[in-house]
Amino acid sequence: MPRKEEGGDRRLTRRSFTASAAAAGLVAGGAGFVRAQGAPLKVGVILPRTGIQAESGQSCHQGAEVALPILKERGYPDLVLMPGDTESKVDVARTVAERLINEGAQILVGAFDSGQTSAIAQVAELRRVPLVINIAAAPAITEQGYRYVFRNFTTAGMIVTDMLLLQKEVFAYAKVTPKTMVLMHVNDTYGTAVLGGIKALMPKHDMPFPLGEVIAYDPAARDLSVEVAKAKATGAALLWAISRVNDSILITREMVKQRWQPMGVIAAGPGWYEDQYLQTLGTLANDMISTVPWYDPNKAMSKALIAAVANAFPGRNVATNQAYTFEALLIVADAYQRAKSADANALADALRQTNITDNVTIGTVKFNAKGQNETVHCAAAQNRDGRLIVVAPRSSANGEPIWPMRPWDKKA
Amino acid sequence: MPIEIYANVLVAGVLTGLVYGLSALGLSVIFGVIRIVNFAHGEMMVMGMFLAFVLFRWLGLDPLYSMPIAAAALFLFGYLLQVTLVHRVAHLPEHLQFLLLAAVATVLVSSGQMIFGPDARSVQVAYALDSYAIGPLIVDKVRLLAGTAALGVAALLFAFFRYTLLGKSIRACADNYQGALVVGLNVPRLYALTFGIGAACIGAAGAIILLLVDVHPYLAPGYTLLAFVVVIVGGLGSLPGALLGGVLIGASEALAGFLFVPSLKSAFSFAVLIIVLLFRPQGLLGRAAP
Repeated sequence: MPRKEEGGDRRLTRRSFTASAAAAGLVAGGAGFVRAQGAPLKVGVILPRTGIQAESGQSCHQGAEVALPILKERGYPDLVLMPGDTESKVDVARTVAERLINEGAQILVGAFDSGQTSAIAQVAELRRVPLVINIAAAPAITEQGYRYVFRNFTTAGMIVTDMLLLQKEVFAYAKVTPKTMVLMHVNDTYGTAVLGGIKALMPKHDMPFPLGEVIAYDPAARDLSVEVAKAKATGAALLWAISRVNDSILITREMVKQRWQPMGVIAAGPGWYEDQYLQTLGTLANDMISTVPWYDPNKAMSKALIAAVANAFPGRNVATNQAYTFEALLIVADAYQRAKSADANALADALRQTNITDNVTIGTVKFNAKGQNETVHCAAAQNRDGRLIVVAPRSSANGEPIWPMRPWDKKA
Repeated sequence: MPIEIYANVLVAGVLTGLVYGLSALGLSVIFGVIRIVNFAHGEMMVMGMFLAFVLFRWLGLDPLYSMPIAAAALFLFGYLLQVTLVHRVAHLPEHLQFLLLAAVATVLVSSGQMIFGPDARSVQVAYALDSYAIGPLIVDKVRLLAGTAALGVAALLFAFFRYTLLGKSIRACADNYQGALVVGLNVPRLYALTFGIGAACIGAAGAIILLLVDVHPYLAPGYTLLAFVVVIVGGLGSLPGALLGGVLIGASEALAGFLFVPSLKSAFSFAVLIIVLLFRPQGLLGRAAP
């Protein structure tokens, strides 16, 4: 017969093991019950708040700031934002993601830049913390087989496809179609990537004009007079622009000075719709069209967002950055509500089942097996006296397109 | 393609080149007399740009009108810099002179960022988007005024060195240092004045360039490099050479960018530099070494 230990029999028996396991399960389940019922979800919001992309990061954060009260009003569970600044650098983005997770972030949102977002996605996948991408167009991010990464933004290919289709819709609606075009693009990774997409996709979409002269310019250029002169010399009816806000201002100024009046300007990407462009150029900014990931101004959630931004940030227009960051938090809140748990796997499973129609962007929110939302689309947004009017797709429009654009001295 | 399109590009390039030339004049004046290369050239020009920007914001003063103020302020800065720092290294090896002025440049850039931040600043003058139609040519009004102002300042500078006693004294120092001492010229004071005059040119160029380009603290290195290219092409120490070099670089950048690939505009200026160095290393109007 085995000798008893002093103080009683402490050997592990089936009975003692079962009792312990039951107790542990009760505690864990109870904790989960408590979390689901009241604890705010900790959301790491990672954006380039400083550095060269600071302006974009700040405008993204505006969308995040106004999101919490709107979501709460609609009965979504509470979120707690844990801001992180990538400083516009990839290596910092990685470090920030790690830090936020170590500090208790249960889900991540970010990060505007594709390079930085890719770095964060790797961390999220490794640490098994879900990441909801607000803005990042590089297709490869959702081609890695990640289980915890979800993107509610158009890929570069989707942006180009929408660009081609939307302008055809504008031409058809206005019954005026240009027959020639010239393309000016910033000569960096972003500009050349979009150009590559245009070259690949244009033949598939039966455009009314061939791809005309392509004029690349230095991203650090202080003066674009030669480039605009070259574009004007082609005699093209339409200017396509792939640029950033400073370039868009330089190009527009030169177009006015050189008295170049094409039928219109269609931009794919940032710059031509941004507040800095609108404020710097005033009425000269009117009638420029940007085909970019956008929001549907007619949706109820969009109207709430527009009102909130107008109240919190007077003089600021809602644009891509605010809209998509807001919607990322909507997605997070919706997933948390359905998961009823802050457990990473539960959240990830809930994200995979997402199907939101009461959102802000054009389309719905529904992720495919790779974590990509294929139903989200771009819009053609036209500048109109400091405001941005959606002119296509017509199903989401809140104004008629002005096409061709008005002469420079008649834009007021 | 109609000839007037090329003419428009060429005219714009020449006008821009005049401003480059004025900026490079400052570098050439300083080197031509004191034999010191001002590696803080671009940073001093950015100082002039920021000063003109502040005057525009506070007083609504057009940069063309604030040009004399920027020139005077930079004159004072240059004079004091020479008197307090530069003259102490004038007799030292060139790499130490470079280090001193590079350090001054770094201080200026950091100060600019601390005071103004990293964002680009611009001035919106009433005529910013105006242009003149002269026959088939369309000439940008801002560029025309900038080029004319640069030409005017350069003409004043040439007149100063040719017709005034002070200018002749400075030229004497440049021609023959020992001889200048022997005849009783106060060479250290003349050197300080020269540095001030060079800095004044740079400040004036900065005020003018603000009409064409938005200013931020990190603009400087590009303009330092451009000024070096201009003076080497024109001839280090040659004032007409600096102006000619500026025009040549401005025109070649514009035409090459128009005829070939615009994003490689700057590469053509360096191609011109290489050609000049290979076939006429003293520059187009510089004097060959004995």
